[in-house]
Amino acid sequence: MTDKRPDLKDVNERMRGLLARTTHGRDDFEDLVIVPVFAVIVALIFGALIMLATAVDLPTIGRSFVALAVGSVGSLSAWSETLTASIPLVLAGLGLGLGFRAGLFNIGAEGQLLMGGLAAVVAGFSLDFLPMVLHLPLTLLVGALVGALYAAIAGFLKATTGAHEVISTIMLNLISFRLLDWFLRQPFIQREGRSDPISKDVPPSAELPRILDFIDVNLRLHAGIFVMLAAVALVYWMLFRSKIGFAFRASGENPDAANYAGMKAAFIIVLAMGTAGALAGLAGATQVQGVLGRASPGFSAGIGFDAIAVALLGRSHPVGILFAGILFGALEAGGRQMQVDAGVSIDLIGIIQALIIIFIAAPLLVRSIFPWGFRKRRKGGEA
Amino acid sequence: MTDATTTGATAREEKLASANSRRARIMGGVLIALALLVLFTLDVAPGESATFRLTTPRDAVQIGDLVVPGGPFNMIAAALLAFLGVRQFLRGGARWTNISLGIGLAILVMAFLVWATAGKSFSLTGMLQATMVRAVPIALGGLAGVLSERVAVVNIAIEGMLLAGAFTGALVGSLLGGWVGMFAAIAVGGCFGLLLAALVVTYRMDQIIAGVVINLFVLGVTSYVSSQVFAEYRHLNNAPTFRSFKIPILGDIPVIGPMLFNQNLFVYGALILVAVSTYYLFHTKNGLRARAVGEHPRAADTLGIDVYKTRYFHVTLAGMVAGFGGAWFTLGSVGRFDENMTNGRGYIGLAAMIFGRWHPVGALSAALVFGFADSIQQKLALLNTPIPSEFLSMAPYIATIIVVAGLIGRSKPPAANGTPYTKE
Amino acid sequence: MDVELRGLTKRFGSVVANDHVDLQIRAGEVLGLLGENGAGKSTMMNMLSGLYSPDEGEILIDGKPVKFEGPGDGIEAGIGMVHQHFMLVPVMTVAENVVLGVEPTGRFGHLDIKKARAQVEEINQKYRLHVPPDELIEELPVGIQQRVEILKVLFRSADVLILDEPTAVLTPQEVHEFFGIVDTLKKAGKAIVFITHKLHEVLEISDRISVLRQGRITGEGDPKTLTEADLAEMMVGRPVSFTTAKEPAKPGRTMLEMSDVTMLDEADEMLLDHVSLTVRSGEVVGVAGVQGNGQTELVEAITGLERVASGKIVFDGDDITTASVRERHKMGMAHIPEDRHKSGMVDSFTVAENMVLNSYYSPYYSKGWAIDWQKVNETAARYCVEFDVRTPSVFLPGGALSGGNQQKMVVARELERETKLVVASQPTRGVDVGSIEYIHERLIASRDEGDGVLIVSSELDEIMGLSDRIYVMYDGKIVAEFDNTGGKADRNAVGLAMAGAHEGEAA
Repeated sequence: MTDKRPDLKDVNERMRGLLARTTHGRDDFEDLVIVPVFAVIVALIFGALIMLATAVDLPTIGRSFVALAVGSVGSLSAWSETLTASIPLVLAGLGLGLGFRAGLFNIGAEGQLLMGGLAAVVAGFSLDFLPMVLHLPLTLLVGALVGALYAAIAGFLKATTGAHEVISTIMLNLISFRLLDWFLRQPFIQREGRSDPISKDVPPSAELPRILDFIDVNLRLHAGIFVMLAAVALVYWMLFRSKIGFAFRASGENPDAANYAGMKAAFIIVLAMGTAGALAGLAGATQVQGVLGRASPGFSAGIGFDAIAVALLGRSHPVGILFAGILFGALEAGGRQMQVDAGVSIDLIGIIQALIIIFIAAPLLVRSIFPWGFRKRRKGGEA
Repeated sequence: MTDATTTGATAREEKLASANSRRARIMGGVLIALALLVLFTLDVAPGESATFRLTTPRDAVQIGDLVVPGGPFNMIAAALLAFLGVRQFLRGGARWTNISLGIGLAILVMAFLVWATAGKSFSLTGMLQATMVRAVPIALGGLAGVLSERVAVVNIAIEGMLLAGAFTGALVGSLLGGWVGMFAAIAVGGCFGLLLAALVVTYRMDQIIAGVVINLFVLGVTSYVSSQVFAEYRHLNNAPTFRSFKIPILGDIPVIGPMLFNQNLFVYGALILVAVSTYYLFHTKNGLRARAVGEHPRAADTLGIDVYKTRYFHVTLAGMVAGFGGAWFTLGSVGRFDENMTNGRGYIGLAAMIFGRWHPVGALSAALVFGFADSIQQKLALLNTPIPSEFLSMAPYIATIIVVAGLIGRSKPPAANGTPYTKE
Repeated sequence: MDVELRGLTKRFGSVVANDHVDLQIRAGEVLGLLGENGAGKSTMMNMLSGLYSPDEGEILIDGKPVKFEGPGDGIEAGIGMVHQHFMLVPVMTVAENVVLGVEPTGRFGHLDIKKARAQVEEINQKYRLHVPPDELIEELPVGIQQRVEILKVLFRSADVLILDEPTAVLTPQEVHEFFGIVDTLKKAGKAIVFITHKLHEVLEISDRISVLRQGRITGEGDPKTLTEADLAEMMVGRPVSFTTAKEPAKPGRTMLEMSDVTMLDEADEMLLDHVSLTVRSGEVVGVAGVQGNGQTELVEAITGLERVASGKIVFDGDDITTASVRERHKMGMAHIPEDRHKSGMVDSFTVAENMVLNSYYSPYYSKGWAIDWQKVNETAARYCVEFDVRTPSVFLPGGALSGGNQQKMVVARELERETKLVVASQPTRGVDVGSIEYIHERLIASRDEGDGVLIVSSELDEIMGLSDRIYVMYDGKIVAEFDNTGGKADRNAVGLAMAGAHEGEAA
């Protein structure tokens, strides 16, 4: 059919056409913006309905939404709280999102975060002879490393035996809670003179310094935010620019094709799980080094689970995860205010978060609730 | 030039190393390691015996205690393990791998119990009874998994369904009594099954995400209500519990009687449900259709079987079974709901389903293994073993990981499992 | 029972899949329906089975218009379909598969499997199908599985049988046997629609022939008066030559040598049974065989996707028995996989990304640890032009292209680099005639540039047309080797070898 070679000018013309960037279609806009916005709105409405169902009166509901807004973005200190809360969420969310891209549904951020945080505490108080320039980054690194190793267990099991990572990471979470309890009672880690499970303090040289204390000493926002931003950039580069990221995405989208293309599935699984765990461990480390100062039972406070929602809401895209993490940080900070001002349990935030993911992960559902928000899909485009 | 050349007629004596024989070798090594473990770690002081009580003084039929001399018993156990291991290592027969490993683990557990009980006495019957009780939510969770995965819907939401059942049982049970509470729990479980079906069948949401999200949602709602409402109105969280009742005659059989025939409604319910669903899945028309939908939905569709309806029905049914299992936590046990009280039992149920090869009876048997791991940690805490309680309480979770890692044999899920079906 | 389609039209968005199709199907007659991939054959059948409802036109059964609402309505009305991809549950028995959906039951919905078995036996006797009712489907050869499918529609008392590409999985000898069954059915008064793209088969079995192209009936006729060339022109819309023009091969040094290669599955069953073969540079070697006789495993062994249990594989002088997929790729082995959707491409990746799927790591595309996307995109655009991959942009997801263009994309990626050996597995499956011709030309061009080319295909015509030498695989073994210089191999002998006949019989 094309026996005759087309002449050079024609070839150049066609190549230019092929290389022209297409603009983003409306479908992309709908998926990236409209669906998440609707999801958040609907989830808030459902939250109000649930409050009504549990006999919270209307004025209180009104007050709680006001508190939610004020507590999250209403003042400089609210912003500080929001961002502080978003740091571990974004970090762990980046790890989970990277895992999702590689086709790994890692539920284990909670456990990885606990193990990483604990390791950071131990490194913090046992390496206190180091100067801060070494001590602080080294402590963060130890947290990331231990998180990576803990996650790699699940990766290794999947790669060698095919054990589904959902179940194994959940079990590793449950195991990590008990491991933490045990570690916190060990004389090396437990604080002197205490019988309850609590660790020694992280020394100041390993603490992430507060960055707004020149305005007000009570503003808790710490240098972890730079760690977070660097991680966003790094993960973006890794996923979309680097060779290994290409392999991650190929294995996530079509493992058979990845295998065909000579990518080593086992290596990629372990590496992706390890990277995800490193980010979760880093989340734990920033939390203990920037906010808590020590480890105690359950200090992860569900961040690892909320991070799943963050990763899904951010569509496993680093920038999306950044915004989603800030939104969830705002819900967290606002929720605390809500509990104080309106007496509504902060557990409500958990419900709202779950609802957001339901609507995000099932765009068809949002489309059927709000048919007028979307252009009709062409029928030929489906099936 | 040869028009037809036959090759491959070479003699077949050569031994080909395959994955299976390699696995058999590894297992042989594991068994030998276990033998060494028993010999050196589980050593019993000379002369100490372990006493296992089989009946309580109140039982109708009395039989004597089982007294085991610790040292010799564990020596024999180590020898047996070593024998199995060496045999496995040398012969490497694929067929015997699982059997040897099963026997090996059983010996290990016995040796462990003897070691822990040495010089003390311990009610074996009591532990078996507890095993059965603790197996109930896991078995029902596993059964719910079987029902939904047989129609190819992966059901991670079992955890949430159990939790919802537990919560509803406590709330409705406190207001309207145990029976109403139980039926309400079943109904709520069914609702979440229906929701899962809607999300994955109609809205084609990723099955794992849907399951995880339902779990988060249920956890959120139940935690919210228990901190917002139960904390204030304690009478809403104080349900009556179902007492155990003895089945005449059968309940008097030593050891087996207390384990199987002197239990509460939930244990009997679980046993009956397992029997009924086995019959349903493998001997009825609708069971055949359900399995066809799980294996080859398109084939079922071309024969006029409604794939969507079948999936809706069975996933809802699975939700109801899980709801019943959830009610065990409150109505079958303490009568009070605590935040996240299911504590991963739903996921363990899924592991039981995998271990049980997607068969109801298999799931029940596997659940008994997990129930045993669950009860052993409780009983051992009473015996003052040197093992920290945190590690004992990890036992069921570690067992679950071992199971899903397929270290104990691998089996095949329904062919279409986890894939959404789109009509053409 | 007679069925008539009148002006049947079905649209998907802007695509008209069926455009005013008229067709008569008569009792006691075999209607051959010819058309290439995407001509609208399956859309039409899905309307006949009730899976789709037509946008326009009507279906008449014995002169009365009928309306189908869902799958199952067609079979209810007596129209039974035997799908190309069998609709059988592998882990269930023949009897269970046959009665599924119309099960004989006792009390409480108890499945009366005894009665089911008796009913299966009855039909077995009547049409001489010889199907064992208690065997599991997965343990039966494909030929028997196909008979189970036929039994299934007969069990539902279908009077019209639609057979979709029924011979695709059969050896020439099995085809012969299968035509015997079709004849029995015809004599019993059934109406049969035989859908295929194989011209000689349709000429052999049909009483009447209709040709479908781009959703329209483009020709009808009597097999006694039509020739293959006539049919081909009606099917494609222009004269087609089904033989690829090529010079005689000039075989050079040995590129690939497999000696005594054995592969086992998890249950220690032999997948490859002491396979030995050679491919020299400058020749096309074809591997013929009915699907599922070890060809997939052969390709996996050569390309490094699966480990072999014993034996040796040498590639241009280097032992690659244990080399990884990537190492073999780097050494100059190209691999066109048998199923592009399953493993040859990532649907959601852009055309550009798909073009570097297995070479993204090479220094040429690298900037340190990163990929030089500028270079990737330019290369991809060049490949698209070079191989006539029709896409508006290299940034479009690969999944959005048509089947033929996707395959050309895969072929471009594999052939547009320094290669020594091309392993092409089912290189033209599910592809339009234009792309088939093009891909065949490129494979011959690779040969002429001095590559060794190994083609694995279940289409015997493709093997006969392209190969200089032919191996036949049966049950994991190479059972025969034929010289095909100038197309001199005996088609019948190859067919016999595909059915597993031994040396003496094949000669």
